[in-house]
Amino acid sequence: MTEVIAHKLAKKQKEISVAEFFERNKHILGFGNPTRALLTSVKEGVDNILDACEESSILPEVYVEIRNHEEGECKVIIEDNGPGIVKNQIPHIFGRLLYGSRFHAVRQSRGQQGIGISAVVLYGQLTTGKHAKVISKIQEDRPATVTELAIDTNKNRAEVVNRDIIHWDKPSGTRLEISIVADYTRGKRFVYDYLQSVSIVNPHAQITFKEPDGTEHLFERTSEMLPSKCIEIKPHPHGVELGTLIKMSKNTKSRKLSSFLKSEFSSMGDRTTNAVCEKSQLSKDLNPKDMSREQFLALHKAFKKVKIMAPNTDCLSPIGETLIKRSLKHETQEISPEFIVTASRPASVYSGNPFQTEVGIVYGGSLSKDKPVKLMRFANRVPLLYQQGDCVSTSAISSIDWRRYGLEQSSGRGIPSGPAIFLTHVSSTLIPFTSESKEAIADIPEIENEIKLAFRECARKVQSHINKKVRRVKTREKFELITKILPEIAKKSSNMLDKPVPSLDKVITKIMDVVWIEDLIEYEKTSPEPVQSTLFDDSTEKREGGWITKSTIMVVNYKNKPQKFKLYALIPEDAVVGTVTPKPMKITNNFIKWNLDTISPADKIDIFFELAGLDKGDFDENDLYIESINASYVIGADKWEGE
Amino acid sequence: MTRDYTKVIGRIDSIASKVYDDLTVSEIPYLQLPSRTKSNIQFDQKLNVWKYGKNMTERSAKSLDGAYMMLRTMYMVDFIKDMIKANKSSTLREMYYISEGWDLAKFNSQPESDSLAEDLEVITSCMREDFKLRPEEDGARVIGNLTVEEVTRNKTKKKIHCQDDVGDSGYSIPYNVEPEKLSFKGVDADFVLAVETGGMFDRLVENGFDTSNRSILVHLKGQPARSTRRFIKRLHEENKLPVLVFTDCDPWSYRIFGSVAYGAIKTAHISEYLATPGAQFLGVTPSDIENYKLPTDKLTKEDIHALKSELTDPRFQESFWKQEIKLQLNLGKKSEQQALAKYGLDYVTDTYLPEKLAEMGMIKK
Ligand SMILES: Nc1ncnc2c1ncn2[C@@H]1O[C@H](COP(=O)(O)OP(=O)(O)OP(=O)(O)O)[C@@H](O)[C@H]1O
Ligand SMILES: [Mg+2]
Repeated sequence: MTEVIAHKLAKKQKEISVAEFFERNKHILGFGNPTRALLTSVKEGVDNILDACEESSILPEVYVEIRNHEEGECKVIIEDNGPGIVKNQIPHIFGRLLYGSRFHAVRQSRGQQGIGISAVVLYGQLTTGKHAKVISKIQEDRPATVTELAIDTNKNRAEVVNRDIIHWDKPSGTRLEISIVADYTRGKRFVYDYLQSVSIVNPHAQITFKEPDGTEHLFERTSEMLPSKCIEIKPHPHGVELGTLIKMSKNTKSRKLSSFLKSEFSSMGDRTTNAVCEKSQLSKDLNPKDMSREQFLALHKAFKKVKIMAPNTDCLSPIGETLIKRSLKHETQEISPEFIVTASRPASVYSGNPFQTEVGIVYGGSLSKDKPVKLMRFANRVPLLYQQGDCVSTSAISSIDWRRYGLEQSSGRGIPSGPAIFLTHVSSTLIPFTSESKEAIADIPEIENEIKLAFRECARKVQSHINKKVRRVKTREKFELITKILPEIAKKSSNMLDKPVPSLDKVITKIMDVVWIEDLIEYEKTSPEPVQSTLFDDSTEKREGGWITKSTIMVVNYKNKPQKFKLYALIPEDAVVGTVTPKPMKITNNFIKWNLDTISPADKIDIFFELAGLDKGDFDENDLYIESINASYVIGADKWEGE
Repeated sequence: MTRDYTKVIGRIDSIASKVYDDLTVSEIPYLQLPSRTKSNIQFDQKLNVWKYGKNMTERSAKSLDGAYMMLRTMYMVDFIKDMIKANKSSTLREMYYISEGWDLAKFNSQPESDSLAEDLEVITSCMREDFKLRPEEDGARVIGNLTVEEVTRNKTKKKIHCQDDVGDSGYSIPYNVEPEKLSFKGVDADFVLAVETGGMFDRLVENGFDTSNRSILVHLKGQPARSTRRFIKRLHEENKLPVLVFTDCDPWSYRIFGSVAYGAIKTAHISEYLATPGAQFLGVTPSDIENYKLPTDKLTKEDIHALKSELTDPRFQESFWKQEIKLQLNLGKKSEQQALAKYGLDYVTDTYLPEKLAEMGMIKK
C-alpha cells in the first residue's frame, strides 16, 4: 500500500518560526528596506509612548536619538517619561510577537496588534545580531531596571541576556536602545517629517530629535491639555466576526444567551436582545457555552437583520478644530500661509466601529502654486507616510471637483494642484488599515463619505474666504474713492467756482451702496492668578496666565435706506464667552447672535465680544453671517444658512 | 490783439459746475462725451467733413478709475484756467511733467494726459490751442510764392516771403496758425501741392517746381500735424487755392490723404477746422504703377489688412478709391514717390507731375 498522502504531508508540517514569518512579511511590517526600517523603528517606539502616556494621563516628553557609528548600522534610542513597564512584562513586550494590551480592547489607540515594538527588536537582532536594551522605571522612589534581551525565534519568546538595577533620574519612563541595519542618510528626512507630523496631531507632546552629529530638533508642545481619555467600550454586534463571537462565548461568565448579549456587547438593551433572539429563533435561556456553530451563525446573521443602536461614540478622542489649527499654524510658520481652515464631522459608525473625521486645509503663502497639494494623513494621531495612493482619504479628496474652489485639477478628478496642504485625521476604535504596516486606510464607504463631507465643508470655507477677499478688495477701492478721491474732486470744483464745499454723505452712500462689516481681533494677556482655594479644597494648582481674545466688529450702513438685520459670529466650541456688547439675542456653543437695531444711512455701530480659553492666534478671523437682509447688500458677512 | 478767452473760461468752468452741481444734489458726478471710435464717425453733410456721431460715453465717479479720471479732469481744467489767466502756454509734454505734482491726480503716462486733453476739447468744443496747449512736434515746411505775417514773441508783426525770405528748407509752420497769430498777405500761385516725404519735397524744391508750376509746396512729414492741416485748410479757403496731395502708393499714405481731406478719427470733433474737403489725391496711385511701370515692393500682410479695412472705412467709399484699392490688392504691390527717379531726377517735375496735373485739369497739356 502506498503511504497515505496526509502522512507524507505531515512530515512537512511544522511550526513556522517567527524569524521565518518575519523574513517573509518584513515588507508588510514596514522593514522592506534599510531606509524604511529606520522610520518604522522610530515610529513603533514613538506610537507606543504616546499611547502609554495618554492612558496614564502624562504629558509626553519624547526623546529620539539616532547614532550612526558604523556605515549602514544605526543605534536607535527612544526614551519617554511614561508610566514605565513592570519588570516581568518587559521580556514579553519586547521579545514576543503578537503580545500587547490593545488587541482585545475596543478603544481608540495607536497600537492595535501587539507586533510593533517586538518586530523592531527582532529586525535589529536579525540584521545586526545585537541585543536590545530596555531601561524602565515605574515609580519615583524605586530604582530602574535594565534588561538586555534577545528573541528565541523558534519559540517566539524572549531570552533575557542580562538584568540589572540602576539609578535613573526620571520619576518614571522607559528607554529602549536597539541596533538595526538602516540607511541614515536617506531615512533621516522621513524620520524628521514623521516627528513633525506627529507633533501636529499631538499638540500635547514635546518631541526632541537628536541626530548623529549632535544636532537637536525640538518640536514644541502647543497645548498643555491631554487629549480626553479614550474609554474602552464593548464590541458592537455589527462589528464582531463569527470567530470572535464564538471565542467571546467561551470566556463569558454569563450562563444565559440574553445576559451574554447584554453584558458583553454595547448597545444591547432588553428590547434589542429580545429582537435578536427572536430573529435567530434561539431561546434567551440557552447557555452560550453549549451553543452549536449553527446557532452562532444564526445569531450572527440576526445581528445584521435587527436594528441596533449605533455604539456610543464618546469613546473617541478627536484632536479638535482649534488644536489642529493651532498646530498647523505652528508647524507651517515658515510658509506663512494666507489662512488655515478646519472642519470636523460628528462621530459616525462603520460595521459597528465608531469613527470620526477631522480635516484641515492650509492655503497660500510660499507654497508652490503648480505642484500637487501635499496630503497629510493621520489615523488615531499617527502619521501615515506611505501608500498614499491606496488610502481612502486620497480617493475621497480625488473625487471632489476642486476647480470650483480655486485649485487646479485636470478633468475635475484626482489630487488637485495649488498652494495648499490637506490634512485628514481619522480616529476610530478600529482603524481599518489595508495591511499590517498600518500605512493606508481601507476604502470603507462610510469613512470615504465622511472625509468627503468634511473636505467639502472646508472647501466652502476656502471658497468663501477667497470670495470675501475679492469683494473686500473691490470695496477697499471704493473706500479709497470716497475717502480720498471724492473729497478732492469736491474741493477742487468748489475752489474753481469759489463756492463752499458740498456735503458728500449722500453721494458716498450712493457710491458704496453696501452694508460694510469689518472686524478687528486683539489679544490681551491676563495676569496669572492663583486659583482661590477653600479649606476643603486642597488643590495647590496655580493657573498660568492666559489670553483673552477681543473681537470688535464694525457695521457701517452705506445704503441709502435704514437697515435692520441679525448678525451671527461663529465662535470655537472650546472658547468661553466673556463680555458681549450690545446685548446679544442668543449665545450657544457655536455662535453669538445679535438682533441689530435699525442703522440709519451713513451710521455705524460697534459690536464687541471677548473669548477666553484660547491661545493667542487661535481665533484670528471672525466668521460672520447675516439674516433678514439681502446678502448681496453686505460686505464682510455671508448669508446665514441655519445651524 | 490779445485774444478774448472769456468763452473758453466759461466752458471750462461749466465742467467744474457740472461736477459741483451733481455733488450738491447728491448725484454721483459724471461727464458725458461722444465716443471717439471708428464706429461713431459720420459724414456731416453741412460741413462736408467726417464728425463724431451720436454715441456718447459717460465718465462717472462711481468706479475708482472713473473717479481718478474725474479728479485729473478737475486738475487739468484748473491748470488750463491758470495758464489762460497768466497768459502762458505749455506743451503737452510739459503739462504731463507738471501733472507729476498733482498728487492723487497724476497720470501714469503721457498718452493718458494727451488723451484727456483731447477729451476736454470734445467736451467743451474748444480747441487745444484755446487751452494754451501745444504739441512739441515742429511744424512742417512751406515753399512758394506766398507772404505770411506772423506775430512774433515780442508782439511785433513780421512779414515773411516763403521763397525770398527763407532758405532751402522753407518756412516753418508754427503750432498756432490761427488768425491772431498768422495771416496770409499776398499769394500768387495756382495750387497747393502737399507732399508726403521730405525726399520728394527737396527734389521739387531743387527742381524749382514752385516757380515753374506756380505752386505752393507743403511738406506733410508723414501723418500731418494739426497746424499743418489747419494751414492747408486756410490757404484753401482764404485764397481759393486747390489742394493736391502727393504721397507714396500704399494704404498708410491714403490715410494721410484721408486726414487732410476728410478728417481723422482721433480729431473728428474738430474736423471742420482741420479738414480740407476739396483736397484731391494726385498720386502715386496704383494705376500709376502700371502706367509708369514703376519699381515696386510686395504688399505685406499688414498692408493687405490695412487696404481691406479701408474698403470698409466710411471715408473711402468713393468709386475712385474702391477701384484703386481693389486694383492694388490685385497687383499685390506698392510703390514710393521716389521710385519715379527710375527715369531720371527731373522726370517727376518734367513729365509725371505735368501729366498728372493736366489729367486733373489743373494745367493745360
Ligand atoms: N513606552 C512604553 N511604555 C509603556 N508601555 C508600553 C510602552 N511600549 C509598549 N508598551 C506596552 O507594550 C504593548 C505592546 O506594544 P506593541 O507595540 O508590541 O504592540 P501594540 O502597540 O499594542 O500594537 P501594534 O502592533 O499595533 O503597535 C503595548 O500594548 C503597551 O501595553
Ligand atoms: Mg505599538
